[in-house]
Amino acid sequence: MSEREPVTMMAAPIHLDYVFTAGVAQSKNLHGLEEGKFIGQRCPKCKKVYTLSRGSCPTDGVPTDEIVELPNTGTVTTYCVVNVPFAGQSIEIPYICAQILLDGANLSFMGLIQEMPTDEVRMGMRVEAVWVEPDELGPTMASVKYFRPNGEPDADYETYKEYL
Amino acid sequence: MADQAEIYTADHVLEYPYLRSVGPVVGAFLTGLRDGKVLGTKGTGGRVIVPPTEYDPETGEETAGMVEVGPEGTVTTWTWVARPRPKHPLPEPFAWVLVRFDGADTSFLHVLKASGPEAVASGMRVRPEFRTEGERVGHVKDISHFVAAGGAP
Repeated sequence: MSEREPVTMMAAPIHLDYVFTAGVAQSKNLHGLEEGKFIGQRCPKCKKVYTLSRGSCPTDGVPTDEIVELPNTGTVTTYCVVNVPFAGQSIEIPYICAQILLDGANLSFMGLIQEMPTDEVRMGMRVEAVWVEPDELGPTMASVKYFRPNGEPDADYETYKEYL
Repeated sequence: MADQAEIYTADHVLEYPYLRSVGPVVGAFLTGLRDGKVLGTKGTGGRVIVPPTEYDPETGEETAGMVEVGPEGTVTTWTWVARPRPKHPLPEPFAWVLVRFDGADTSFLHVLKASGPEAVASGMRVRPEFRTEGERVGHVKDISHFVAAGGAP
């Protein structure tokens, strides 16, 4: 009957609009990023300092009320060199994705490493954060442009072996 | 550092751009809608099922062939939506209706445009308002909405 081809496919997009509320603990972290600072939260029982804390200690289950300002420097505990292109990639390959343990923190987080050849990255490498320009700082991890080697000698394995 | 940080919120959109294959029966139904017709399938004992299925939902037997129904039909049941949500098909208040097309033995869920709940009743006669031919793509929304048959709502 139809001049046109029969229908065989149907677009069925799923589109969910959320409003994400960061909550008290993450808002403190985000506020720190907005000011160009890393914020940690210390557990009153085990004294561990969590970066990007969700507001409670996963070991002791108590609120991590004490706010600790952390320095700009840290240690690469482990890393991955990304060579594979994928949809939505925003960074030119190859690049280094590393777990970074800030000095004084007891939890690492993922960061981008730049300003060095990708084949020279190593565990224990000392790095520092490079922030965006002050007028570009916002409540987002995008306020940290990347980390780069800070020139210090590599950290001793014993200092970060618990954080791999 | 602020003692009591402001609580941050942000919009977060999750989207999956799925394209699904519809199969021979639903495909024929959607092709019909695109061409401005409503099609059903013949189930067990000649029962006409709209929207069509590959198997009779009561007996599990394979359905046999497509049959055109409507375009008018009868509202079997309905509910009034006084405050439409952003993703509802119409921006103004409307009724969800189950419509039994003339010639069909099952009911079809769609939207009825009406001036208010007092203008809607089970048993009322309705007809589909198809989108224009150029707008129809083979989707249930090729029927924009239903209106009362024989008059503007």
